[in-house]
Amino acid sequence: MTTATTPSRISQAFADLAARGEKALMPYVTVGHPLKESTLEIVPALVEGGATMIELGIPFSDPLADGPTIQRSGYQALQNGVTMEFCMETARQLRQQGVEVPLILMGYYNPVLRYGLERFVADSAESGIDGFIIPDLPPDESAELAELSQAYQRDLIFMVAPTSRDQHIASLSGRASGFIYCVSVTGVTGARDDVSADLAGFLSRVRSALDLPLAVGFGISTPEHVQEVGRDADGVIVGSALISRLDEADPAEAPTVAREFMRYLRGNA
Amino acid sequence: MTSTIPPFDITNLPDDRGRFGEFGGSYAPVTLIPAVEELRTAYNDIREDPDFHIELESLLKNYVGRPTPLYFAAGLSEAIGGPKIYLKREDLVHTGAHKINNAVGQGLLARKMGKPRIIAETGAGQHGVATATVCAKMGLECVIYMGELDVERQALNVARMRLLGAEVRSVTSGSRTLKDAMNEAIRDWVTNVDNSYYLIGSVAGMHPYPMMVRDFQSVIGRETRDQIREVEGRLPDSIVACVGGGSNAMGIFHPFLEHTEVELHGAEAAGDGVGTARHAATLSAGVIGVLHGSRSYVLQDADGQISEAHSISAGLDYPGVGPEHSYLRDAGRATYHPVTDAEALEGFKLLCKTEGIIPALEPAHAIHLAGTLAREMTSDQIMIINLSGRGDKDMHTVTEALGVMS
Repeated sequence: MTTATTPSRISQAFADLAARGEKALMPYVTVGHPLKESTLEIVPALVEGGATMIELGIPFSDPLADGPTIQRSGYQALQNGVTMEFCMETARQLRQQGVEVPLILMGYYNPVLRYGLERFVADSAESGIDGFIIPDLPPDESAELAELSQAYQRDLIFMVAPTSRDQHIASLSGRASGFIYCVSVTGVTGARDDVSADLAGFLSRVRSALDLPLAVGFGISTPEHVQEVGRDADGVIVGSALISRLDEADPAEAPTVAREFMRYLRGNA
Repeated sequence: MTSTIPPFDITNLPDDRGRFGEFGGSYAPVTLIPAVEELRTAYNDIREDPDFHIELESLLKNYVGRPTPLYFAAGLSEAIGGPKIYLKREDLVHTGAHKINNAVGQGLLARKMGKPRIIAETGAGQHGVATATVCAKMGLECVIYMGELDVERQALNVARMRLLGAEVRSVTSGSRTLKDAMNEAIRDWVTNVDNSYYLIGSVAGMHPYPMMVRDFQSVIGRETRDQIREVEGRLPDSIVACVGGGSNAMGIFHPFLEHTEVELHGAEAAGDGVGTARHAATLSAGVIGVLHGSRSYVLQDADGQISEAHSISAGLDYPGVGPEHSYLRDAGRATYHPVTDAEALEGFKLLCKTEGIIPALEPAHAIHLAGTLAREMTSDQIMIINLSGRGDKDMHTVTEALGVMS
């Protein structure tokens, strides 16, 4: 394995944003929600509205780190017949449509394992996927996927939480790449009124241990949250709040709703 | 059998990462990693703590009612024909099933860790009742997650839990059974990790649960080993137990693992049949995967989505299985057999008629399997069935099923 000489698309995106003094806005959508083909229209609309990277959620029958909103969207996607192959195909088509922002697959470990780890990484690379987030794959169990990700020059993104010990955070050094997903609160995904009491302290703890951009997720739903979190983080992740709006809208309006929500979060609605 | 399994060192499993060969491990969401580490440390400490063992033994004796009898079932032996059959009477413990052995142990641990709030999942309700019982006794807050379908078919146990002061939360997601209750319990734990202790009832979940629950349940096997030596002067030829997640089976199997002359047999719930879409026979028909924090055989579709399990018995209605069972299966040390709903009902009726004992539907699977295995055995041989619980809770289900099936 040779050391990567070119930065990954994710690293490059964070570097470009930092150079402009901007923060990453990273929406999460469940692939195939609300309708099976919706993602192909929603993602370009998100980018138009100001999204700088996209998380594509692979639906799973037993999403134990997710709150009710994302659970329901995954259930709907499974009802719509979404498979891993379909997720890969969706990414491929998004690239063909000219979507250039980083695309990150987020999903639970069992479907990835069943698909085959090498096949998963290889097909991702071929489909234009830049990185992976697997919420139930802790660093101790991740050696094989980390190695494959490196071989295919994809980023394996790890999560840290306010409860994480310094030792755990430090252990990600050299293993994590792309960025660090900082979970703002203890709990499952879902919109909340307050983001976190001591986010700044938590983020500075992570920053002192790791030389990677920090993106904050869980509970973010308003421009105020985005502003507040953006003071200390390099990016914000928005999932449930977006999914809720897509749920409430007529499926035909989903792209418009997605674009407008990004603009609203950017503070230029 | 597969040769990729490392040499069999049963006294030393799992390793320090919680691995039983390729099975087990700790696939915990990030927020829970410190809680799981804290639990591991606390459990390692109490393992070495004589005071803890004195208190646990006293509770097992005076509160739970141990040791339970090892009963020679003359009527059942005669009806089946073949070996002498003994029943390990876990149905006679306080609350009516083996689940209390583990609940008492973990309850003491939770109290020692200073956690005032206990969360648990339950299928048949026996683990929920055992946990609610222990919480009532120890003055701990108790929240039980139970699938909506199980709340309906195990109404008696729901009433018992509420009477004992537990809050029973009905889970409406997914298949509305045990796996969904476990998802919801884990979500609660992630959210309330500071003050809550997750009291898992089976040999499933992330390390150290499969090891810890096995250790607390292995009192069944240790007693059995002493008792059979006392009455027969030797170990049995075979042991039969039902396997859902697999805690009663691990409890009776584990002390016998080193005695390789003792055959170990697990009865899995085959529902309508392993060839149908409606069963819970994970070791017979599953594929290796990761569910609820550990790597083991899992019932899943070709896309890695977890299947909905089906069994007449709520306690076996689970698409996963404890990782140590997966290890024992692949190592060839234990054998697992599917038993259908209809066969379990036959086993249920047989024990009622021949022994005057109404078993729970879960061990009714083991009774039927014992009958099948006994055909290959002779009258000088000895078989032990782990009678993991009593059948009061199942009267509604059984009368309904027999009304249709007889």
